[in-house]
Amino acid sequence: MVSDIKPHSSADFHSSNHAVACRGVSKVWNEDTPRAHEALRDIDLDIRPGEFVAFLGPSGCGKSTLLYLIAGLEDTTGGEIRSFDERVSTPSPDRSLIFQETSLFPWLTVWQNVSFGLSIRGMGADERKDIARKALQRVGLAEAMDKRPDELSGGMRQRVAVARALTMRPKVLLMDEPFAALDVQTRQKMQDFLLDVWQDSGASVLFVTHHIDEAVALADRVVVFTARPGRIKTIVQNDLPRPRDLFSREAEGLRRQLTELLRDEVDRAFAEQEALRETA
Amino acid sequence: MTIVVSSSDTRSLAKGTASGLRPPAPRRSARMRALAPILSRIGWAMASIGLFAGLWELLWLVGLADPKLLPPPHVFLGNFADQAKFFNTATRWQIGVAANAGPSPFQAVMITVGATGGRVIAGLIIASVLAITLGVLVRYFALVEKLVLPTVTLLSPVSPIAWLPVAIFVFGIGNAPAIFMVVVALFFHMVLSTITQIDGVNRNLINVARTMGATKWQIYKRVIVPAILPGLLMVLRLNMFGAWMVVLIAESTGVGFGLGQVITMARNTFNPSLVFFTIALIGLLGFLSDWLLRLVQKRLLYWVPQATGGLRGL
Repeated sequence: MVSDIKPHSSADFHSSNHAVACRGVSKVWNEDTPRAHEALRDIDLDIRPGEFVAFLGPSGCGKSTLLYLIAGLEDTTGGEIRSFDERVSTPSPDRSLIFQETSLFPWLTVWQNVSFGLSIRGMGADERKDIARKALQRVGLAEAMDKRPDELSGGMRQRVAVARALTMRPKVLLMDEPFAALDVQTRQKMQDFLLDVWQDSGASVLFVTHHIDEAVALADRVVVFTARPGRIKTIVQNDLPRPRDLFSREAEGLRRQLTELLRDEVDRAFAEQEALRETA
Repeated sequence: MTIVVSSSDTRSLAKGTASGLRPPAPRRSARMRALAPILSRIGWAMASIGLFAGLWELLWLVGLADPKLLPPPHVFLGNFADQAKFFNTATRWQIGVAANAGPSPFQAVMITVGATGGRVIAGLIIASVLAITLGVLVRYFALVEKLVLPTVTLLSPVSPIAWLPVAIFVFGIGNAPAIFMVVVALFFHMVLSTITQIDGVNRNLINVARTMGATKWQIYKRVIVPAILPGLLMVLRLNMFGAWMVVLIAESTGVGFGLGQVITMARNTFNPSLVFFTIALIGLLGFLSDWLLRLVQKRLLYWVPQATGGLRGL
């Protein structure tokens, strides 16, 4: 199941139509200061249009950093990221980001939140409200239109965040542990919901998680990261047929494989933290 | 059957209506229920002030508080007209005007309060507008930060008292130096706290706007300003007390009329009753203005959850 990573030629890179293509991407935080630390090293990764890819790795391995780099919210220290043949240097509505914590604007109603991006483009209120209503129907929250975010549960808020991202019709949906703060039952519901939305929208999804179950349930491919500095340890193909039976022997095998891959990295991350504590 | 309703009876009255002992009056009982917490708050405020005043009266009663130096509340509040005559705003500097001419004592007190309150409000508004604008500019333009922030930080620990001579040199005597004093006392802190508020805005909110293609200007207008409003209003509330303090110092230098001027006069004429009377007035005004600002806060910041003693359960 482990696919071998072939180095791509640069000609292939520049003519490709990948949803996301990373070449030799690295990131050093606080470069040239005593607090510099290397988050990512030499990331080569291609994401096809419409593909669902999970980023799995020990905490602090830089998987979220990679997501921010792909979003264009941070600059790479080395290498290059392209999306549909365009160099990523700034954020773009083509690549929507959904955060772990709620990121709704507390002073706006649900529908105003959902249509925030459209109002940035100068669309009128009536038209925005229509689009927001449809997007909210899509996520099953049409009745919550006029509520404020603090009146919603955590799961509902994340659904609003997804609706907001979808109104921008993104080609790539970047999700940074979006369901980590939810309880187990809600998270499973949200996973089903996300798969629905994903198949509907045709967007690529990049999904950061540290839950092996989540990666097994959702992803076409699972990118496993090493401990700091984050490198791609391996990419695991997940060919379980959809809708997935998560209790099948194959699913169990995949879980075991991912657990073993991850265990070494978690051990290393722990050892490193211990060492840091001793020097401190 | 007659039923006498006092505030403590509201609960039993509501119960009575619910069980159908009386003809239903739902609107009334609902209003009563809404009123109950307010009445209770007022009651506790009275109890708090009553306790303080009671202790004072007790000290006077047993002879520990000399009524010539520390006159108890019933003395300095007892004779309103006697105190209010010192507030007379009409006759003080005019020749050939009878002592009884001009506004009534009550009107005189109101005019004085209005004058001082007006200076506080004018100073607060000017300081807030200037400070928030400058604070946002500092974060918006790197050049403004480099040029302005060091000076603001340098000047912010300077006591308003030190500005007093400057106020007089530049603005002479009158309203302008008093308002200037309020502004200068608040301005520098408010610039710094505006910057702190901006730095504290949740990065996710800004990043969401960025990924949606918002420009820097749009991010400031649509995300940062609403996000810092709650903090700024809190800062404004705290600074309002500061404004009430400073305005008295400013007024003591000489303005037509004002509470600070009355206090200074009370000091010069050795009139402790008048001092305490004015202190009581200022306290009441500060309390009222805080309440008003809280009301504004509730209306303006409908999305901010109301803080209600989170540690009460401990």
